[in-house]
Amino acid sequence: MSKLVSSVSPHFFTKRTTRTIMLDVIIALLPAAVASVIVFGWRSLLVIGVCVVSCIVCEYLFEKLCKRENTAGDLSAVVTGMLLAFNLPVSIPLWQAVFGSVVAIIVVKQLFGGIGQNFANPAITARIVLMTAFSGTMTHWTAPVIAPDTVSSATPLAAASKGLSEAMPSYLDLFLGNHAGCLGETCALALLLGGIYLMIRRVISWHTPVVYIATVALMSFICGKDALYQVLSGGLILGAVFMATDYATTPHTKWGKVIFGAGCGLITVLIRFWGNLPEGVSFSILLMNILTPYISRLTRQKPLTGGAKA
Amino acid sequence: MKTLNNFTKGIIKENPVLVLVLGTCPTLATSTSVINALGMGAAATIVLFFSNILISALRKVIPDKVRIPCYIVLIAGLVTAVQMLVKAYAPALDESLGIYLPLIVVNCIILGRAEMFASKNKIFDSAVDALGMGLGFTLALFLMATIREVFGNGTFCGLEIPVLSDNKISIMTMAPGGFLVFGLLIAAVNKFGKHKPKKSEFGCAGCPQAEICSKAGCADVKEAAEND
Repeated sequence: MSKLVSSVSPHFFTKRTTRTIMLDVIIALLPAAVASVIVFGWRSLLVIGVCVVSCIVCEYLFEKLCKRENTAGDLSAVVTGMLLAFNLPVSIPLWQAVFGSVVAIIVVKQLFGGIGQNFANPAITARIVLMTAFSGTMTHWTAPVIAPDTVSSATPLAAASKGLSEAMPSYLDLFLGNHAGCLGETCALALLLGGIYLMIRRVISWHTPVVYIATVALMSFICGKDALYQVLSGGLILGAVFMATDYATTPHTKWGKVIFGAGCGLITVLIRFWGNLPEGVSFSILLMNILTPYISRLTRQKPLTGGAKA
Repeated sequence: MKTLNNFTKGIIKENPVLVLVLGTCPTLATSTSVINALGMGAAATIVLFFSNILISALRKVIPDKVRIPCYIVLIAGLVTAVQMLVKAYAPALDESLGIYLPLIVVNCIILGRAEMFASKNKIFDSAVDALGMGLGFTLALFLMATIREVFGNGTFCGLEIPVLSDNKISIMTMAPGGFLVFGLLIAAVNKFGKHKPKKSEFGCAGCPQAEICSKAGCADVKEAAEND
């Protein structure tokens, strides 16, 4: 600091910046990244790398072009890239992964004003765009490399919705990630480790993930489905821990987070059981992202002294 | 000079789709393929041409209070004629344009030009204005359709493009892709076009239609523009 900056109180400050928060999220994502390499082989590392690099490049170039303050160094683009890669199947052509990064960073994030201004989660929206644009390659599921006797295989949710009981993996396989699916969503153990780390570091609060997962479990139970199977399969844990807790696109209040989680859970279950698609996590989070301003307004906290009428 | 200006303003400066943002519905719906876009553009231009001439010719006869129904009746008659012609001579185009062909009746561009231009100007000027606006509409549609068809379907006018036809981005031919291309084109026109909306101008002064609008507040802007 070469210049003395004086400002009004409070003079508290913490060492926590966007960069440190994003670094925490990256650390929390690492176990799932390692798991994806173990489950799907080295190509998953390539997909993650391509997504991360193209996200950073997009962020840097766009901000350079628009003469904005450059945020390519605050690691938020790295998080977006990793989350996007976690939402892709391992066999995705690399140019499609780059296309997804462009959509995530430029269309969803930068066009709305950059970090903190986007109304929807970039990684989720990019995944939905890719799903709509390349429905073939986005639903081409490869079986884990640690079970080498099959080439392509159904995801647990697809198997369950078609009633193929022999294609449904066991709870242990689901928990450890030994089944087909997107890169980062298969290993529940690694995702939970990351989630617990984030909660201990107070990067995220427990409200949204717990309420989200509990809603899905409860609704599955009420609908007569296997609750544990529904919780462990698909992108539920990935979405609940890492994407439904994004700062810019989810409510800040405690009750807002509870409502957000419950809404996500409800929409996920509706799509899984009665929708056309086997999985509904990404759509549920996007739809709730859109409702976030209203939820925030409804759950606004009263000032401590009662305050003036709002 | 004025005639030329009447003609060219529809192409970029007051492009009905990309600057005035009129006729969005047919633009988004029929720009999925180049052939459809050109067909739609041609049909709308023909209707616009004759409706502008008719309305301009009748502008002293039509009472001010019932002008909108009168315009609609005239436009509807012309659209019916065009639709019959298309059905008779280009049944394939009629099939692919579907409901959007009869919907030219409620196309904002045609009613908008009747209200903003033909009802106040002479027949020849109105005809020139219609041709310019029609060309602007067709060009905007053609541009959008080219982007959407080339990337979304890997073809141009139905001809396959080698690499792209194997790597289709099918979202481009769907509704979200339409909105995306539409937004990007408007952004490009705002960036590179001569008319740059200033950020602070949210009132009449920032409106691209200020010069032709008859609202009281816009009169000053019009005068200012004329004095320039």
